[in-house]
Amino acid sequence: MEKIKVEICVGTTCFVLGASALQDIEMFLPEELKDKVEITGANCLGLCKNSHFGDAPFVRINESIIVSQATIDSVINEIKKLVK
Amino acid sequence: MNNNAERFRRELLIRVIRGYLDGTLRKDIDRIPIELRPKTMEAASRCCVYKDRAVTKYRLMAMLGCGVEEEVDEAKSLAEYLDDAEKRTELSPNILSVLDIACQACVESQYIVTNACRGCFARPCTFTCPRGAITVVGRQAKIDKSKCIDCGKCTKVCPYSAIIRVPIPCEESCPVGAIKKDETGKEKIDFEKCISCGKCLKACPFSAVLERSQIIDILKALKSGKEVVAMVAPSIIGQFPNRLEQIAEALSLVGFSEMEEVAFGAEKTTRNETAEFFEKMAAGDPLMTTSCCPAYVEAVKRHVPQLLKYVSHTKSPMGYSAEMVKKRSPEAVTVFIGPCVAKRKEAQSDANTDYVMTYEELGALFAALEINLSELHGITLLREADGYARGFATSCGVTSAILQDKAMADSTEKPNAKFINGLDKKSMKLLPLYANGKLPGNFLEVMACEGGCVGGPCSLRDVNLAALAVKKQVEETK
Ligand code: FES
Repeated sequence: MEKIKVEICVGTTCFVLGASALQDIEMFLPEELKDKVEITGANCLGLCKNSHFGDAPFVRINESIIVSQATIDSVINEIKKLVK
Repeated sequence: MNNNAERFRRELLIRVIRGYLDGTLRKDIDRIPIELRPKTMEAASRCCVYKDRAVTKYRLMAMLGCGVEEEVDEAKSLAEYLDDAEKRTELSPNILSVLDIACQACVESQYIVTNACRGCFARPCTFTCPRGAITVVGRQAKIDKSKCIDCGKCTKVCPYSAIIRVPIPCEESCPVGAIKKDETGKEKIDFEKCISCGKCLKACPFSAVLERSQIIDILKALKSGKEVVAMVAPSIIGQFPNRLEQIAEALSLVGFSEMEEVAFGAEKTTRNETAEFFEKMAAGDPLMTTSCCPAYVEAVKRHVPQLLKYVSHTKSPMGYSAEMVKKRSPEAVTVFIGPCVAKRKEAQSDANTDYVMTYEELGALFAALEINLSELHGITLLREADGYARGFATSCGVTSAILQDKAMADSTEKPNAKFINGLDKKSMKLLPLYANGKLPGNFLEVMACEGGCVGGPCSLRDVNLAALAVKKQVEETK
């Protein structure tokens, strides 16, 4: 199976609004997910523009799913849905 | 950052800054509390959206630099406060305040029995309590509040760990007991005791402690086209996942005329502090302590005056940096940018530092202008500060800088250096002992924040990650 691609936005807006706390998400991944996902940093996904900064930080999964106001927990939950 | 309160504060800051810069703030500011908490919103953070809105209004007042304790007319609009902010030329000496409507008046009782209590047969709690304050009623131990002396012995003997201590977070965090309940049970800051360290600000889970921002004053200076210099503290490295060159470029995009590393001031602090150490020792002094942490200096002045004669007279890095900038360009407006609340206090008595901005505010400023640091090439720094000077940002940084100073390296006399990494109620007790010569050491470094400045209350990043980034940079520029 192809790995699930998780991109954590580390653009400045996302970083300031909480992405700095997502940096160690890898440590919190449950065992069974560890080799199923690939986590990378992304440079501004372009979702924070205009008045949308209120929903930062953003995480993008498999190029299509957007997690807004992302926390370690909400991102992991999103990943779990894909594995099922 | 990993809590809701900080996130909300930053979001508000971004709105305020953006609105101010594009000229819509006066028109929109009174709508912000409502927009963020519409009545259709399901989950209010407090009892209801209306209270949330009221709290948000006060938060915005503090962001405008207006003191919530000075409110005389509850109906005064934020737009009017903004007018006041734009008109003022002087800053208020009060920095922190407790927002009484946000303060939850945390329970006084420090020890409680949780429902993990099984009402066991052995009942060690009742035997251990020196005041006989615990009895078992039904199947539950009960603590008689009138007898309890908060010794905590019961928590240690319970086989189920059923007795816990519920602290009052702000009081717990204050190293000097400056925040206490008033008659109504709400917290109040005693400014005679307060050392402006900002620990309560970070500790309160309801974000009821507010700090007066100077952001409007700074944005006003930037808008006016004046020369405004950004003096960035050594701890800036590690606040963003970016290089210093990129931060410099971002600052120039914001409108700062130049970025000055306060690490240059730290180079001078190192030289002068070393020289002062030798002088003091030659004069027969038993001890010298650092003076670069303003919260520590305030703590000495207000709580351990007998130690004051040993605090060095050398200026802080900010003091020297501002002096250098003003010498070069006397007309320039100087803005110190750092993680520190107490620097606001220090700046008020330093004629060369005009304003203080926190990293949190800086991050919000970049976000408000949609400046993404990672996309910038960065501008070449004219001169890089010395690695050791950049190391001032972490605990022990000052000591290592002094130990490698040329004068020190050439001398056979080496200091017996000690350090206090973070002021709290316990380490405060050490200060009088140092003053009375009861503890060894003739050079004492004190940082009010654990980890050093990187652990400051207004920083953007986890203290350990930030400290690592600083250490890396120090190694690279040694
Ligand atoms: S910074 Fe994350 S989407 Fe722009």
